[in-house]
Amino acid sequence: MNFQHKHILGIEHLSAEELTFILDTADSFKEINTRDIKKVPTLRGKTIVNLFFEASTRTRTSFEVAGKRLSADTINISASGSSVVKGETLEDTAKNIEAMHPDIIVMRHNASGACRYLAERLDCSVVNAGDGMHEHPSQALLDAFTIRQHKGKIAGLTVAIVGDITHSRVVRSNIYCLSRLGAKVRLAGPGTMLPPGIEKLGCEVHRNLEDAIRDADVVMMLRIQRERQGAPLIPSVREYSRYFGLNEDKLKLAKKDAIVMHPGPINRGVELSTAVADGPQNVILDQVENGVAVRMALLYLVAGGEQLQND
Amino acid sequence: MKLLIKSGRVVDPVNKIDEKLDVLIVDGKIAELASNIDAGDAEVINAAGLIVTPGLIDMHVHLRDPGLEYKEDIVSGTRAAAAGGVTSVVCMPNTSPVNDNLAITRYITSKAKEEGSANVFPVGCITKGLKGEVLAEMGELKEGGCVGFSDDGLPVKDGEMMRRALEYANTFDAPIISHAEDLTLVAGGCMNEGPVSTELGLKGIPWAAEDAMTARDIMLAELTGAHLHVAHVSTRGSVELVRQAKTRGVRVTCEATPHHFMLTDEAVRNYDTNFKMNPPLRSADDVAAVRAGLADGTIDAIATDHAPHHIDEKNVEFAIAMNGVVGLETLLPLTLQLVGEKVLTLEQAIALVTCRPAGVLGLERGTLSVGAVADIALVNPNKEWTVDAQQLQSKSKNTSFDGQKMKGYAVRTLLAGQTVFER
Ligand SMILES: [Zn+2]
Repeated sequence: MNFQHKHILGIEHLSAEELTFILDTADSFKEINTRDIKKVPTLRGKTIVNLFFEASTRTRTSFEVAGKRLSADTINISASGSSVVKGETLEDTAKNIEAMHPDIIVMRHNASGACRYLAERLDCSVVNAGDGMHEHPSQALLDAFTIRQHKGKIAGLTVAIVGDITHSRVVRSNIYCLSRLGAKVRLAGPGTMLPPGIEKLGCEVHRNLEDAIRDADVVMMLRIQRERQGAPLIPSVREYSRYFGLNEDKLKLAKKDAIVMHPGPINRGVELSTAVADGPQNVILDQVENGVAVRMALLYLVAGGEQLQND
Repeated sequence: MKLLIKSGRVVDPVNKIDEKLDVLIVDGKIAELASNIDAGDAEVINAAGLIVTPGLIDMHVHLRDPGLEYKEDIVSGTRAAAAGGVTSVVCMPNTSPVNDNLAITRYITSKAKEEGSANVFPVGCITKGLKGEVLAEMGELKEGGCVGFSDDGLPVKDGEMMRRALEYANTFDAPIISHAEDLTLVAGGCMNEGPVSTELGLKGIPWAAEDAMTARDIMLAELTGAHLHVAHVSTRGSVELVRQAKTRGVRVTCEATPHHFMLTDEAVRNYDTNFKMNPPLRSADDVAAVRAGLADGTIDAIATDHAPHHIDEKNVEFAIAMNGVVGLETLLPLTLQLVGEKVLTLEQAIALVTCRPAGVLGLERGTLSVGAVADIALVNPNKEWTVDAQQLQSKSKNTSFDGQKMKGYAVRTLLAGQTVFER
């Protein structure tokens, strides 16, 4: 298949066929990560800038490792997020970086739509590493990859996603990705964290965790931001965890062989009890490991992977 | 000075006129309307095939002068007005400094008189500095030329302050123009709340933020007997609240903008900041309700909320872009589009941009009655053209309709009998 996308701005723009192709490509890179010498010359001479307007050690490191294993030159730039205060605009920042002729900019930004904004203004490829509450495509792909690894398939599975749906870019990308690949997606969270019309993206919405995870093949728990506590969204982390946290008892409602996922970092004792977080059903570290392979695949494909292969 | 406009289709809703007539203008006033006027020495304008209407009145405009001239000023703003067939502009007070004192009001009116291409009627602040704390000196401002009072851009949060403002403005026979928005419900939102905001991951503004404040203000108008004008209604609920209040006899009027009856929040999908305004673009259901409100007379005026912003204020991430779009130069075709779509009759449409806003604010404009000031728009209703933002007369190019096909425009605009625009 010929992968035509210059940018990865969101899962929304990718077809089931393209998603499968990315996962298959990641499969071939996964093997590299287990070799003694974990490096291939695929992107030698290419420059990748990781432009992060929000702190995110996990995602940034994963992209950095992915770039380095492909032999690209990777540069990390952290910048302060946009504000209404006058100063250098996002366009200014981006143009300055572009003047150094990167091939790919991987960007994390606090404003929804920021990666699209960049892609419309620059000549290089843009990979979205999370924009506001909009999308986080590489996370959704590594989640799908991990599910496929453990379940052998995605079509026909039931995936429950529980937590702060409103503020989660991971959820939006996951709904697109998993529903397009044939899974049934169920959401649950307190009413204050369920945005209007989310079901239109291709999922079911449940009022409680129990209904969402009953007989599910996959249970994905979202991180709750402690700063939401006391704001009108939830009265306390304590009560949140009582109704929307996952412990061993509740997990019994899911299928016996259900896997438990979390985009990290975990709040132990809040969305996941320690027993579940360390239990046999959790695949959280697989997610992290697979993140590198999936990001290698994305960087490779936007850099014109097909061509490189033919050379 | 005599001017004869020959053979146009004269539409003057006040006088229920819609027929082919000649219009004779003498010394800047309408002298006669009749078929086949013979005024030997008059300059003649052939208006065959054109509609002759009172010059349009846009009762919600941000001219940005004084202080924000990098976005717009009285000269460029009134030039944009004239190009759109608009001869009277009602300008909002959120300038820098704000229009909460006589000196600013006089600056605006005198600059408009000397350098403007349209009449400018200022709106004064409700509260000093738009701070919501102390009433502005409305009596003196009214004497200086202000035609109403508004803290537009901001609601008057405090209930008692709004009540007193209505009572006090009523003393001087001036309406309070409410920018109805409960900021505690807006809570940082930047577009309409609904499936589109959910998908885009942008914080939404629920319709209830507008309806809740509209309801409060209508109750206060009912309580005080004062005249409330609700600016830019955009939701089904607020149209319905105004409709019910009118039935009860409350002195309430309201306006709607072309973008709120032409566009929905679907337009925001590309994160294009030229579709970011306040109130935000709403759902298709709200658009239908606004159109119904225009058709049944609940809505008294079409006003643009012309809000020029510099490219640097729009060329940013959606969440931090400034609110507002320009509108003076697309008001006429978008209003006529409602006639084309059979939402309004031509007479209704013209009334909504002439005599009805004049009635809301007590302006002696918006008619072609004999003796009236000859503010006139000559309109080619069938001319198809395409909006090119860069060609707009306004200093700012933030239109929602760039590249869109329009039908109809003013070919000539007269201000007190003088041509201020011609194409
Ligand atoms: Zn307003």
